[in-house]
Amino acid sequence: MAKVYDLVVVGGGSAGLASALSAYEKGIQDILIIEKEPFLGGILQQCIHNGFGLHTFKEQLSGPEYAQRFIDEVKKTKIQIKLNTYVNKITPEKEIYYSNDEEGFCLIQARCIIMATGCIERTPGAILLEGKRISGILTAGQAQKYLNIDGYLVGKKVFILGSGDIGLIMARRMTLEGAKVMGVAEIMPYSNGLSRNIAQCLNDFNIPLYLSHTVKEVKGKEHVEQVVIAKVDEQFHYIKDSELIFDVDTLILSVGLLPYNTILESMGAKMTYTKGAFVDEYCQTSIPGVFACGNALHVHDLVDYVTDEAKLAGQGAAKYILHDLKVEAKNTLTINGNGISYIVPQQYNLENISNELIFKFRVKRPFQNVKLVIKEDDRIIKSIHKNHLLPAEMEMLKLNKSLFTSSASTLTFEICEVAK
Amino acid sequence: MKKLICIECPKGCHLEINDNLQVRGNSCIRGKNYAINEVTCPKRIVTSTVYIDSKLICRLPVMTEHEIPKEKMFEVIKELNKVKISAPIKCRDVIIENVCDTHVNVIATRTIEK
Repeated sequence: MAKVYDLVVVGGGSAGLASALSAYEKGIQDILIIEKEPFLGGILQQCIHNGFGLHTFKEQLSGPEYAQRFIDEVKKTKIQIKLNTYVNKITPEKEIYYSNDEEGFCLIQARCIIMATGCIERTPGAILLEGKRISGILTAGQAQKYLNIDGYLVGKKVFILGSGDIGLIMARRMTLEGAKVMGVAEIMPYSNGLSRNIAQCLNDFNIPLYLSHTVKEVKGKEHVEQVVIAKVDEQFHYIKDSELIFDVDTLILSVGLLPYNTILESMGAKMTYTKGAFVDEYCQTSIPGVFACGNALHVHDLVDYVTDEAKLAGQGAAKYILHDLKVEAKNTLTINGNGISYIVPQQYNLENISNELIFKFRVKRPFQNVKLVIKEDDRIIKSIHKNHLLPAEMEMLKLNKSLFTSSASTLTFEICEVAK
Repeated sequence: MKKLICIECPKGCHLEINDNLQVRGNSCIRGKNYAINEVTCPKRIVTSTVYIDSKLICRLPVMTEHEIPKEKMFEVIKELNKVKISAPIKCRDVIIENVCDTHVNVIATRTIEK
């Protein structure tokens, strides 16, 4: 007979830790966290820069310190932890196969599962990077792990493709450690990173940002020697004679993150086009008793928001285990209207909400001075003026339950231009 | 009139500050203070790692406890690269006191038990 746990959390990063703690606070004691690395904290352990925790702790913490607060809390509880342990397979019946050096290959049974497996970086192949696949091409997260965990600076003269936040953070980090960062190219006409990171990571060190530019060619025999960038038009075609050549030894890619859900997909959970699971108001997937949260659900810019979402998933898991979630009632589907790229959750059941509904969404392109309109079926229930909306910045909206009617079958978010 | 992007939080407010140090565009007091500092004496938090002798990891993440003058950033990093310490270390332990005469300590930001 396989050992049975009330709740198994897959992943011991920010989402896994917060969801386990939240379920524990709601009375679930028999919890196991499975983590593949030799320590808890997930990606936060390599994000040594400050700026974490302003919402949660009202302080500027580094990534490891933010993680440490949750690790210390977990250690005060009876939550069990398996480190250096890899989950190989989970069946829809919640049988979990895992392996590690001490126990070998094992099978356990969970009553409830939270998938907090984080995200992965897009690779040179994923963006069809042109030129040779020689050494010296790394993703920003790889370079960050080498530098901040292992203590190796991966290059002396660096070019960065993509203005994602990790790339910007690495531009500053490598500059401080003595590398020369020649520039950052972004294919879009606007930056994909937070404005503050453009200011403090690029402008502080006079690192140029080339908007509407991308890498046209990577040159070198065995190692990167030159990177050629070119300007692109609105259809992303190269503009003739716009090439710039940089003599560098390293090309770093910061071109986006994707939720990492191979196990959840293999279990047959309904997925969305953003590679995250289709979830309800408590982050429950289409498989009852299986929840997903954090970057595995959708990529967040702020760990504080990951923590909030994970707490919600933990509460949902506790309710599921205690048979406190209503399942038969009618669900309302959320719809991405004009200008909206995605909304989490994809559906909700108003009967399970005690006071407010939380929605997270992103826009497809930058907007200025617009209205965010929210409609229950065809009825406008809320209209909010927004000065700035950027695809790089996730929006969070908390709406009081009293705004909603339970008979609605859809809830649409859309961006309306304001007449000048 | 100078335009700045506030770096105090991820909101990234668009700030404006005039010669009389009057700030516009901030949504909290941090933004006002940031803008004034930025035109009088720009300061930054510095984060890095130092060598640690431990069974678990080889780099300990550290940061300056408060902002230090921006022009001393590279000097601080240089000091940090000389540090060699051993576990156990507790998060918030002081690693260097008054680094580079800034009256600011460098502290550990991770607990390493062994």
